Amino acid sequence: MPVTQQTAGVTSELAARFADLELVVQPTADEIPTVWVPAERAREVIGHLKSEAAETYPMLYDLTAIDERTRRHREGQPASDFTVVYHLLSFEHNCDVRLKVALQGEMPTLPTITGVFPAAEWYEREVWDMFGVGFDGLPQRPRILMPPWWEGHPLRKESAGRATEIGHLQMSPERAEQWQEMLAFRPQEWGLEELADDPEIMFLNVGPQHGGTHGVVHIVVALRDEEIVRCVVDIGYHHRAAEKMGERQTWHTFIPYTDRIDYLGGVVNNLAYLMSAERLAGLEVPERAQVIRVMLSELYRVNSHLLFYGTFAQDIGALSPVFYMFSDRERIHDVTTAITGARMHPGWFRLGGVAEDLPEGWETLVRDLVAYLTPRLDDYDALVLGSRITKARAKGVGRLNTAESIEWGITGPNLRACGLEWDFRKKRPYSGYERFEFEVPTATGGDCYDRVWVRSQEIRQSLRIITQCLDQMPGGDYKSRQPLATPPLKEPGTMHHIETLIDHFLGVSWGPIIPPGEACLGIEATKGNNGYYLVSDGTESAYRNRIRSPSFPHLQVLPLLAERLEIPDLITILGSIDFVMADVDR
Amino acid sequence: MPDGASQLLRLAAPAHLVVVVWSTLAYDIVIVAVVFVGALSIAAGLTWFERRLLGFFQDRLGPNRVGPAGLLQPLADTVKMLTKEDWIPPFADRALFILAPAIIIVSVLLAFVIVPVTRTFVVADLNIGLLFFLAMSSLGVYSVALAGWSSASKYSVIGGLRAAAQMMSYEVFMGLALTGVVLLSGSFDLNRIVEGQRGLWYIVPQLPGFIVFLLAGFAEMRRIPFDLVEAESELVAGYRTEYSGMKSGMFLVGEYLGMTLIAALIVTLYFGGWLGPGLPGFLWFAIKVFIVIVFFILVRGTLPRPRYDQLMELGWKILLPLSLANLAITGAIILAVQR
Repeated sequence: MPVTQQTAGVTSELAARFADLELVVQPTADEIPTVWVPAERAREVIGHLKSEAAETYPMLYDLTAIDERTRRHREGQPASDFTVVYHLLSFEHNCDVRLKVALQGEMPTLPTITGVFPAAEWYEREVWDMFGVGFDGLPQRPRILMPPWWEGHPLRKESAGRATEIGHLQMSPERAEQWQEMLAFRPQEWGLEELADDPEIMFLNVGPQHGGTHGVVHIVVALRDEEIVRCVVDIGYHHRAAEKMGERQTWHTFIPYTDRIDYLGGVVNNLAYLMSAERLAGLEVPERAQVIRVMLSELYRVNSHLLFYGTFAQDIGALSPVFYMFSDRERIHDVTTAITGARMHPGWFRLGGVAEDLPEGWETLVRDLVAYLTPRLDDYDALVLGSRITKARAKGVGRLNTAESIEWGITGPNLRACGLEWDFRKKRPYSGYERFEFEVPTATGGDCYDRVWVRSQEIRQSLRIITQCLDQMPGGDYKSRQPLATPPLKEPGTMHHIETLIDHFLGVSWGPIIPPGEACLGIEATKGNNGYYLVSDGTESAYRNRIRSPSFPHLQVLPLLAERLEIPDLITILGSIDFVMADVDR
Repeated sequence: MPDGASQLLRLAAPAHLVVVVWSTLAYDIVIVAVVFVGALSIAAGLTWFERRLLGFFQDRLGPNRVGPAGLLQPLADTVKMLTKEDWIPPFADRALFILAPAIIIVSVLLAFVIVPVTRTFVVADLNIGLLFFLAMSSLGVYSVALAGWSSASKYSVIGGLRAAAQMMSYEVFMGLALTGVVLLSGSFDLNRIVEGQRGLWYIVPQLPGFIVFLLAGFAEMRRIPFDLVEAESELVAGYRTEYSGMKSGMFLVGEYLGMTLIAALIVTLYFGGWLGPGLPGFLWFAIKVFIVIVFFILVRGTLPRPRYDQLMELGWKILLPLSLANLAITGAIILAVQR
């Protein structure tokens, strides 16, 4: 991999600034400068990159780990049992940097970086939970996704990948009682000990089953009257081990699992995964497939935003909008069903393209849909955003400014609601987005109202893109003819001689072998930046499949938004930040 | 029509009067039965009607499977609620927990006695009619407050507290709004109030009073936009979170009864009650009440709900001055006219 200009910039600066350190630069398929730093100095280097460097990287985009103990292809990398990976992002210079820390031993530890990036807390807890890599100085209650009685760390290579490998779970009455007891609410476990004896404070457990939380999330709220004094978010109830499954499924058969991450985003998830996978495989996607992907992605974006819009209205007490928007979504599903055969989880994109060509008559379907939806959006705006009660409920509530948003890793419409005009479709065009004309709606208030407004405008821009797809759909293949495209195109001749037959058979049954390497290409998903950090060890499945989802940091910021407000505001905020619990817990 | 209770006191009267007394009493009992059964069936019917109408507003069908057009749905719901497990939480205050749903039904049903369906068709033509209504609706507060309190569950308590504060505040504005009508008609007697509207419905001279009464009515009914006491996205089901089976059903019926009652009062106080040309009085009354109820349902299908402090702010900062000004101006005009 050639070292690009950008790579040279940050690595040479780091080399100059930290001359005493032996920095190892690792080439990666995504061309993000990747530098290995020693564990004890990582915090210092990150602090330097965040605020002092020539190009500052103010956002912690991702923090994760890799269990390197069984990895074969590590050419040129320092010896490591567990590698902690920090991925920083700069909006100002539109570039990334990745730092890696090599750790030795079975249960290694390293200093926390929560002092530099407060948003690192959840990420570091997740790394401990999943890998058993400890962070010195991290606050209480380290488990974040797994239940408190869990033994072991699931993403370590020795942990079983299937339930059938670990024997039957016997739920004896004693064990049930013991687990129940572990789940009992004790304020000190939530860092609320100073409020535990205050007679004016009432602890309210909102969730895990609650009508206003949009999924299974548990929010511990300390109330004085109805004012929220403290609020602690407890996640993990929707954890489905997607990353572990990513190490077990083949590159091809993992695609349908991605649908279920942000389950409202449908094929947008496929695209995020395939961006990284195709980069590793060196696949070029034909133009027609790219435009089909864009069109489907935008249909699902409209779908997701409509659901958000309706449920937000419901959260503040309006009964009807959610029904209008669900019936509109049904019309969108009619179109996606005609094209992909499925509604919410089509799993329809493939390595190198899409599963099938567009069906006959798709233009009419899509054109009718756009014509139907466009005027209805104005009605919705009048009904929801135009209502004075909505304004009273949402304006000025749950404010977040641009600096805080960047600090906490907020991306997507939530970031644009604060005033930063940043859309990865514009700033880092992928899948041919540069060919489309659309605007990036941006608000300035950063409150609940603006978050809804931005999305309501984005629906219109998505419809604009869909119309352009209609008008400019190129001809050609719907899937690449390169060898790693899976499953390979059947014509011409695939099934006519033994070589192509074997190719086809292996690609589908065993799975394609993707060359060793690492890549993470985040895309503008429905809720923010979604990126799959894929590590290939030259086998038929990913060695490490890290899913950086937008909802995770968006939910982490909740206490900052909700504290000092009241219960109704908490629900308004939850409705406005547009998270999906499967996207948080994965 | 003479009051049945006072008739009873005159039982010592000569024998030929006893026949009259007993026939009047029988008439009273019939009216009581008709109003009782009528109010309850309207409440039951409303559970179906509201869902069908909301379904209509919301691009869907609503309950249409039980009986023709789903008309038997209330019956099916009743059977369902009666046969469901009637669970009383072990941590609840048992006596109050059971009492609370009864209070709401009793107080609303009692308030119905003063509603004049026609000039003669009224259970008790009390000369303190309006005061009696205010007294009964105050009793209703006990129901929701006690339900929330006795459930000993956090969501219920918050809902109950919100309910108590909301209903007590809005009763003030409701009472103040009513005084305008009382000043104009010179009576608390609802029949005399209706008679007073022969020339002009009170909605015209009492528009500000009507607006205050309508908003206070929404708060008393605890319906959207003022359904904060059971805001399902925040408080699960508010004060009745812990209730199940028929006890929960009684709150539901109590709410629909309350909605009918407020509609009936709005019609009586501001839209000329049973007055109207051509048709018989009870039909006019029924038509007007129906229109008001449809309006309530339409509002429910349209508006979001404000926050609790915004509701209180609306009450004390806008409705209170408005109703006071209305009272003062009405009084001043009446004085001026009398001079």
